[in-house]
Amino acid sequence: MAERAGAAADLARRVLRHGGTLAIVLVVLAVLYPTYVGWLSSLPLVGDFTPSVAGLVVIIVFTMMAVGLNVVVGYAGLLDLGYVAFYAAGAYTSAWLASQHFSQTSRHIGSAGLNPELPGIHMSLWAVLLIAGLFTALTGILIGLPTLRLRGDYLAIVTLGFGEIIPQFVRNGDNLFGFNLTNGTFGISPIDAPGFGESLNTTLGLPVNYQQSFQRESLFFWTALALLLFTVFCCVRLRDSRLGRAWVAIREDETAAAAMGVPLMRTKTWSYAIGAFFGGIAGAYYASFKSGAFPADFYFNISIFLLCMVILGGMGSVWGAVVGGVILGWLNVEGLATIGSKIAQTTGVNLEVPKYQFGIYGVIIVAMMLFRPSGLIAERRHKRELEEGVHDDEPMYEDRHT
Amino acid sequence: MATPSRSRSPFGLPSLDVRPSVVSVIGLALVAIVAVWLGVNLVKTPELFFNVFFIGLTNGAVYALVALGYTLVYGILQLINFAHGDVFALSGLVASTVLFSVIGIGADSSSAAVAGGILLGLLITMTFFALFNAGIEFVAYRRLRNAPRLAALITAVGMSFIVQNVGLAIYDVDFRSASQLLPRTPVFEIGDVAYPWNKFVVVLITVPTLIALTWFVRATRQGKAMRAVAQDREASSMMGINVNRTISVTFALAGALAAVGGMLFLLQFNMRYDTGFELGLIAFTSAVLGGIGNLTGAVLGAMLIGFIQAFNEGLTWYTPGSDWTRSIVFGILIGVLVFRPEGLLGERTPEGA
Repeated sequence: MAERAGAAADLARRVLRHGGTLAIVLVVLAVLYPTYVGWLSSLPLVGDFTPSVAGLVVIIVFTMMAVGLNVVVGYAGLLDLGYVAFYAAGAYTSAWLASQHFSQTSRHIGSAGLNPELPGIHMSLWAVLLIAGLFTALTGILIGLPTLRLRGDYLAIVTLGFGEIIPQFVRNGDNLFGFNLTNGTFGISPIDAPGFGESLNTTLGLPVNYQQSFQRESLFFWTALALLLFTVFCCVRLRDSRLGRAWVAIREDETAAAAMGVPLMRTKTWSYAIGAFFGGIAGAYYASFKSGAFPADFYFNISIFLLCMVILGGMGSVWGAVVGGVILGWLNVEGLATIGSKIAQTTGVNLEVPKYQFGIYGVIIVAMMLFRPSGLIAERRHKRELEEGVHDDEPMYEDRHT
Repeated sequence: MATPSRSRSPFGLPSLDVRPSVVSVIGLALVAIVAVWLGVNLVKTPELFFNVFFIGLTNGAVYALVALGYTLVYGILQLINFAHGDVFALSGLVASTVLFSVIGIGADSSSAAVAGGILLGLLITMTFFALFNAGIEFVAYRRLRNAPRLAALITAVGMSFIVQNVGLAIYDVDFRSASQLLPRTPVFEIGDVAYPWNKFVVVLITVPTLIALTWFVRATRQGKAMRAVAQDREASSMMGINVNRTISVTFALAGALAAVGGMLFLLQFNMRYDTGFELGLIAFTSAVLGGIGNLTGAVLGAMLIGFIQAFNEGLTWYTPGSDWTRSIVFGILIGVLVFRPEGLLGERTPEGA
């Protein structure tokens, strides 16, 4: 017990030392965002670039996925090009467990503020988020087991393959031997919103159901923020754990790590499972926010979009992933369209900026890898790894199989 | 990994190294199921089977040209050049401009004009995309040659999107095709089985290209240099081989092959800026199936994938259909990596074992 308290105090000290004040100020500013967004968007120039609260929910959800992907790509150094599969798995978990899709039955397990006569499975969204995380982690393990023995590039391709197979399965899954599992291209909607039910509403004043609340978007926003902070907290703690150090060891030199007694398969599988866990939660939450899971949302480019967030922020750096996620998420939700229309207004040339968004992300990826491979917020150890040999004429060691 | 794959895993998780006999039995069983499925289809609908076979041959030839580009680059740099599929798509789009606007042939031109136009167009696009692909290597990959391989791989993913968006910027989202140029009259006809000219043209162009490639890699000094660099970059630079130039030549060769593939694809199907994504993945799967780094293997793998795709989409008895093509191709990729990571003709590499 005392040891744990000591660790907590140590953590608190460390947080305060590493720009903790700044982090606290930022979190407070973020929490209060719905109160001043109206004022902000009425400002002359800034206002055009201010995302709405709903837009911010999307940004936060994608940031959360980026932080999860960072565990796989940044910590363990496994290039995962199929992260969208986890997003899909999470979204469909919440579609199965909290909608009217399985209208053959009518089961309500802690559903908040719904008519108990409603057909389909309706679980409490909080439980669904957890189940989605666990289910997705299991998917990650299943994907990982046959593929994690392969190194580097092959792994990237295989994950890409799964990232394609799962959406295709979802799209074609409306008639699996006569059973409608995913409702095909139409997707599943509506999906229940989270809520706290009647009794908690009367005793604590918590909202019954987000969907029925008049401040729906703010509620979704605060919950998303809490989920993101939870994810960041977990990832920071994981980084410093025994497991986190094992990941870094594998990333730096797999053979040496194995020689030092790091169990390769188990450690890599854990990184997959944990990265998938957060992707699943984010996907389930996003599906609930959008009140639907549609196969058209899960395409390869999403994986690259998330990868771009991690690279821009700095592979292996949690705060980097957050910053990269917020910047690119903002560009995606709000920035590119606004920049495009601004350019069209001032110069009269319509560049259709949003159309080229993935080209822009491609440029960001290549430029970062060439000129600042460690990202905006560089993780110290990773910086050394990545920059080693880039600008030298002589390789530091034989590089054929590194 | 350098550790032998047959050794018992000393780690906590149960090892996936099932005894080789069991693995090969499962693999052989899968192959047997496919063989039975093909046999039943052949007996049930023979005409359909052979017509679909020709479609597979055509697809396979195009895949082979693109797969060779992956395998050449992988052989020399151990880099999966993600951008290659998009270079292929861009080359096809550029070929449409060259054919219709620069050379100016159309559906009403005489067959001699069409043949000459296609050959001239091939020369132009091959030259251009040889330079283009070598340029990509020079701009994006050369600086990262000694960086961790993850860095180069991520750069390749980024380049893929850049090339794709170049296509989007120039050609927008419209589909382009030149299939109206070629006649559909049969070369030969046996009963209901017909082999049309527009499919035969693909073979007519692919076979000489492959012969020329083999000659280049086997018999020229530059080809010898390529093989040497692929074996050991440092040693070959000590022997006086210009490594940078050799790698540029490899990329140029891959680009030229992609341009041939792009032209052939344009002559058969519709294509647009993002065609290269899926086709690139199929071609990469072909390269892995055949054994990456192995030129013959790439062609063999591409043919197999072409046939599998055509049979899946064309046959009638218990076929999953085109909705599942992508899943099947990736299923094959994953199956190959699990059961035979070195591919059909490849050597056991440190990557796969």
